Amino acid sequence: MKKIWSGAMTILTSIIAFSAFADSGTAVDQYQLNLRKGVTDISAEVYDLHMLMFIICVVIGLLVFAAMFWSMFFHRKSRGVKPANFHESVKVEIAWTIIPFIILIVMAFPAAKTLIAMEDSSNPDVTVLVTGSQWKWHYKYMENDVEFFSVMATQQEQINNKFDKGENYLLEVDRPLVIPTGQKVRFLVTSDDVIHSWWVPDFAVKKDANPGFINEAWTRVNEPGIYRGQCAELCGKDHGFMPVVVVAKDPAEYNAWIAEQEEMQRKAKEEEQRLLAMNMSMDELMTIGEQVYLRACAACHQPNGQGLPGVFPSLVGTDMIKNDMPGHIDIVVNGKTGTAMQAFSKQLTMSEIAAVVTYERNAWGNNTGEMVQAKDINAVMTGQ
Amino acid sequence: MSNQTQDMNQKNGKLVIKLVAIVFGMFGFAFALVPLYEVFCEITGINGKTSDTAAVYEAVEVDRSRVITVEFITRTNTGMPWEFTAQTRKIEVYPGEMNQVDFYVKNSTAKDYVAQAIPSVSPGTAALYVNKTECFCFNHQPLKAGEEALMPMKFYIDPQLPKDIKFFTLQYTLYDVTASAQVVAMNQG
Amino acid sequence: MSTATTELDHDDHHHGAPSGIKRWLYTTNHKDIGTLYLWFAFIMFLVGGAMAMVIRAELFQPGLQIVDPNFFNQMTTVHGLIMVFGAVMPAFTGLANWLVPMMIGAPDMALPRMNNWSFWILPGAFTILLASLFMEGGGPAFGWTFYAPLSTTYSNDTTALFVFSVHIMGISSIMGAINVIVTIFNMRAPGMTWMKMPLFVWTWLITAFLLIAVMPVLAGAVTMVLTDKYFGTSFFDAAGGGDPVMFQHIFWFFGHPEVYIMILPAFGIISAIIPTFSRKKLFGYASMVYATTSIALLSFIVWAHHMFTTGMPVEAELFFMFATMLISVPTGVKVFNWVATMWRGSMTFEVPMLFALAFIVLFTIGGLSGLMLAIVPVDFQYHDTYFVVAHFHYVLVTGAIFSIMAAVYYWLPKWTGKMFDVTLAKWHFWCSLISVNVLFFPMHFVGLAGMPRRIPDYALQFADFNKWISLGGFAFGLSQLIFLALLIKACRKQGEPVSAQVWDGAEGLEWEIPSPAPYHTFDTPPVVK
Repeated sequence: MKKIWSGAMTILTSIIAFSAFADSGTAVDQYQLNLRKGVTDISAEVYDLHMLMFIICVVIGLLVFAAMFWSMFFHRKSRGVKPANFHESVKVEIAWTIIPFIILIVMAFPAAKTLIAMEDSSNPDVTVLVTGSQWKWHYKYMENDVEFFSVMATQQEQINNKFDKGENYLLEVDRPLVIPTGQKVRFLVTSDDVIHSWWVPDFAVKKDANPGFINEAWTRVNEPGIYRGQCAELCGKDHGFMPVVVVAKDPAEYNAWIAEQEEMQRKAKEEEQRLLAMNMSMDELMTIGEQVYLRACAACHQPNGQGLPGVFPSLVGTDMIKNDMPGHIDIVVNGKTGTAMQAFSKQLTMSEIAAVVTYERNAWGNNTGEMVQAKDINAVMTGQ
Repeated sequence: MSNQTQDMNQKNGKLVIKLVAIVFGMFGFAFALVPLYEVFCEITGINGKTSDTAAVYEAVEVDRSRVITVEFITRTNTGMPWEFTAQTRKIEVYPGEMNQVDFYVKNSTAKDYVAQAIPSVSPGTAALYVNKTECFCFNHQPLKAGEEALMPMKFYIDPQLPKDIKFFTLQYTLYDVTASAQVVAMNQG
Repeated sequence: MSTATTELDHDDHHHGAPSGIKRWLYTTNHKDIGTLYLWFAFIMFLVGGAMAMVIRAELFQPGLQIVDPNFFNQMTTVHGLIMVFGAVMPAFTGLANWLVPMMIGAPDMALPRMNNWSFWILPGAFTILLASLFMEGGGPAFGWTFYAPLSTTYSNDTTALFVFSVHIMGISSIMGAINVIVTIFNMRAPGMTWMKMPLFVWTWLITAFLLIAVMPVLAGAVTMVLTDKYFGTSFFDAAGGGDPVMFQHIFWFFGHPEVYIMILPAFGIISAIIPTFSRKKLFGYASMVYATTSIALLSFIVWAHHMFTTGMPVEAELFFMFATMLISVPTGVKVFNWVATMWRGSMTFEVPMLFALAFIVLFTIGGLSGLMLAIVPVDFQYHDTYFVVAHFHYVLVTGAIFSIMAAVYYWLPKWTGKMFDVTLAKWHFWCSLISVNVLFFPMHFVGLAGMPRRIPDYALQFADFNKWISLGGFAFGLSQLIFLALLIKACRKQGEPVSAQVWDGAEGLEWEIPSPAPYHTFDTPPVVK
C-alpha cells in the first residue's frame, strides 16, 4: 500500500513542481518550463490566457485526484470498510454536467476576445510577403524593393558533431527578417511547394504557409531584439533545419536598414549585368560552384552528387549531365513543376548558377570538360 | 434449432447488407466532401478562393460611404519563369463600383508556356464579395516564347461586404500547366 | 448468409480445437481470433516501440548521430501508423472478439468466417508497410497524417504501397466493426436488454459505428492521394484548382472520430475494472452510456481543431473551439463517475486495478492538456510542438494502452485458467508507470519552451529534457519486455488455478463460465435476469 501512496505523491509533486516553476520559467532561461510571455501585447495576452487555463486545469485535476486518492486511502478493504450501496444520483450527475459547462464559458470569453484581436490584421504599417519553400524562407517587403532568401546558417559540421555547437545552434540564418518596433507589421504567408508553418514564439504568431493560398498574421513588437523560431509543419527531409530569425529595430534604424538594402540590391543587379561580359576560368567556376552546390543543392542531391535513391535523383553520369547542357541549365534556372526541384533563378546570381552547373558537369567523375558562363544563363533566362 | 439458426442468419445477413451500404455510402461521402467543401467555401469563404466563373454586373448600387483598399500580389510558382506584375499595386474602391486592374506578363524564355493563375484572398471572408466580370484566371493563359501581354481583370465589390473589412489582399499565383494543357488539347484534338 | 450457416453448423458438431498451424489459419472461433489479434497487436507494439527507440536515440542529444533526417521522418511516420492501426486498434478488436460474445451470452461472433478474414489480412498490410522501409526511396516519410502535397507531389515512389496497406488496414477494421455490430444486435442472450449490457459492449458498439462511418473516409482520402500522385488528378494541387487544406479537412473528418475509436473501448474496460475492485456497482451506468454516445456524436463536429493555424475565418475557429470544449463535459462526467464508484467502496489494489487507477490519473492529465489545446489563441503557440506530442501520448499510451494492459491482466486468468505471475506484473506496472512519466511529462516543458515536433535535431536549450525523455523512453521500452515474459509464462499455463469468478468483486456473464473459458461457451444461451 505504501507503494501506491508514494506513486501518487510522485505524480502530485510533479504537478505542483510544474506550477511552482511556471512563474519563474522565463527567469531561468536555460531550463525554460513554460510558455514565454513574448514581446508583444498579444503574446502577453496569450501567455495570460495560457496561465489561466493551466491553473483552472490544475485545480480541476487536483480536486479529482484528491477525491480519488482519498477513497483509495480511506475506503480500502484492508481498513475493513464495507462497500456502500449507492450507484446513482441524478442531482449529482446534473451538477457535474452543469458546473464544468459554466467553467468552460468562463474560459471561452477571454479566449474569443484575444482571438478576434489576433485575426485583425487591418491597417498595417509594413507588409512582408513570407514564402516558404523546401527548406528556406523568402521575405519580400511589399512597400520597398527588397527581397531575399533566409537560409539556416548553422554549419553541417556542427550538425554532424565535428565542430562544437554554437549558442544559436539550428536557430541562426544568413539573412534575418528585419522589422520596425512599435509598428504594425503584417505577414502574408504562402508557400512554393509543400505546407510550411511560419512561427515566432515571442510574437505568438504561427501561420501555415499553404501553396497557392495566402494567410495573414500580424505583430507589433515592443522591444528591439533578435527573435528566433522554426518551421512548425512537417515539410520533408530538412523540416528541422528551417529556422526563422526576426530582428526588430527601432523605426529610424529600420528605415536606414531598408534604404541600405534597396541600394545593395540595385547595385547587385548592376554588378550582375557587368559580370555577364566576363568569362570565368574553369578553376574559378569549380571553386565557386562547389560552395554554391553545398549551400543550395547538397541538401537533396547530397554532397557526393548521388542523391537519395527513390527520393532525390543522382547527378552522377546521368543522361542530362552527359548530353543535355541546355536542359541542365533550364532545370536549375526554372526548376521542375511538380517536383522538389526549385527555380534557382530567384535564389542565385547568374554567375553562381553558371558556376554550379559547371561544377555539377565536372565533379564526381562527370568530367564533361564543359564550362558554362553567366552569359549562357542569361541567354536561357531572356530567351536569346 | 436449425430453423432458429436459419432465422438468425437471415437476420444477420440483412444487418450486414445495411452496414455495408453505410460503408460504401461513407466512401462515397469522402469524395462528396470535395464538392461539398467547395460549396462550403463559396458560402463561408473558408479558403479565400474567389469564384472561377464570371459575374454579371447589373443593377449594383455604389456605396460611396466607405472606401475599400484592395492590394494585389503576384507570384510565380516553381517552374514558371514568366515575369508577372500587377500594374496597380493597391487601389481604393467604393463597393459596387466597377474597376479594372491590368496584369503584365512576359515569357522571356525560348519555350512556349501555358499558365494558370490561382487567386487567393485574405481575409478569406472577403473572397465572397469579390465579383469578377472578367479575369485571366478563368482560363489557361498561353504565351509563346518571347511574348508579352497585358491581362485585364475587371471586378466590383459586393456592397454587402461586412463593415469591418476595410482592406483585403488578392494574390495571384501563376502555375506552369503546359504539360497538362497539352494533354487536354490532344484529347480534344 | 450461407457462409455463416455452415460455420455455425460446423461449430455445433465439433468440440475442442484442431491442432497445429491450421488451427490458427482456419479458425473461426472468437477466442482463437481474439488471441491472434492480441498477439499481433503486441508484436506490432514492440515493432512500433523499436521505432520509437530509434527516434529517442537520435534525439538523445543535439546533432545527428544515428539516422539521417529522411530516415528519421520514416521512423516517426511508420511508428505512428503502426501504433494506431497495428497496436491499439487490433488490440481492442482482439478484446472485443474474446469478450463481447462472452459478455452478452453468445456462442461466437455473428460472422465467424469474416472474422477470420478480417484478422488474416492485417499481417499482409503491415508486411507491405514495413517492407517499403527497405525499398529504394524508403517508406512513407510524410507523417502518419500524410498531409498533401508532401504525400502527393513531393513524396517518394513507395507511396502506392503506403496507400495499399492503409486500404487493407481499413478493410480489416471495417469487417471487424461490422462483426461486432451484428453480434451485439442479433446475438444477445434472452433478457440481455440494451441497458443491461456491460459498458465494454456499449462502448465497443459505439466505436464500431464510428469505425464504419469514418474508415471509408480515410480510404477515400488515401485514394485521392493515390490518384493525385499517379493519375494526374488535382484534388489537393492548387495549380489544378485543388486545395491542399481540403486534404486536412477530409483527413481530420476521419481523424478525430479515430481518436475516440482508440479511447471509447478503454472507457468500457475501466468501467468494468473499477467496480470490481471497489466492490461497488458502477456509479451512473445510464449517464455513462449517454456520455459515450454524446462524445461519439460530438467527435464529428470538432475535426478542424487540428487545423487552427491553417488560416480559417475567425467564425470557424470560434465554432470549433466551442465544440471542442464541449466534449470535455461528457468526458468529465465519465471521470467523475469512476471516482464516485470508488467513493465509499471497499477497495483492493490488484494489478488490473493499478493500471486502471493509473489510467484515470494520467488520462485526466491528457484530457486537461487537450482542453488547453482547444483554446485557439494559445493553440497557435502549442500547435505542432512537443506539448501536443505529450498530450496525445498521455491519452494514447497511458490512456488507451494502459487500459489494454489493465484489460489483459483483468481477463487473462479467465482466458488461461491460471493466475498470472503477480510479482512480474507488479514490476511491469511500477516500471511502466514511472518510466512513462519520465518519458512524456517533460515533453510538456520542451513543447511550451518551443520545440517543434517531428524534428530530428533541436536547439541546445532543449537538450537536458530530451536526455531525460530518451532515458524514460528506453526504460519504458525495456519494461514491456517484462510484460512479454509474463505473457509467455501465462500462455504456457503456468500459475495457480483460478476460480470461475477469479476476482471476488467481479460480476457479469463472463465470470459465470468456468476458468479457463471452454473453447465453446453459451452454446445454449443463458437467461439474463
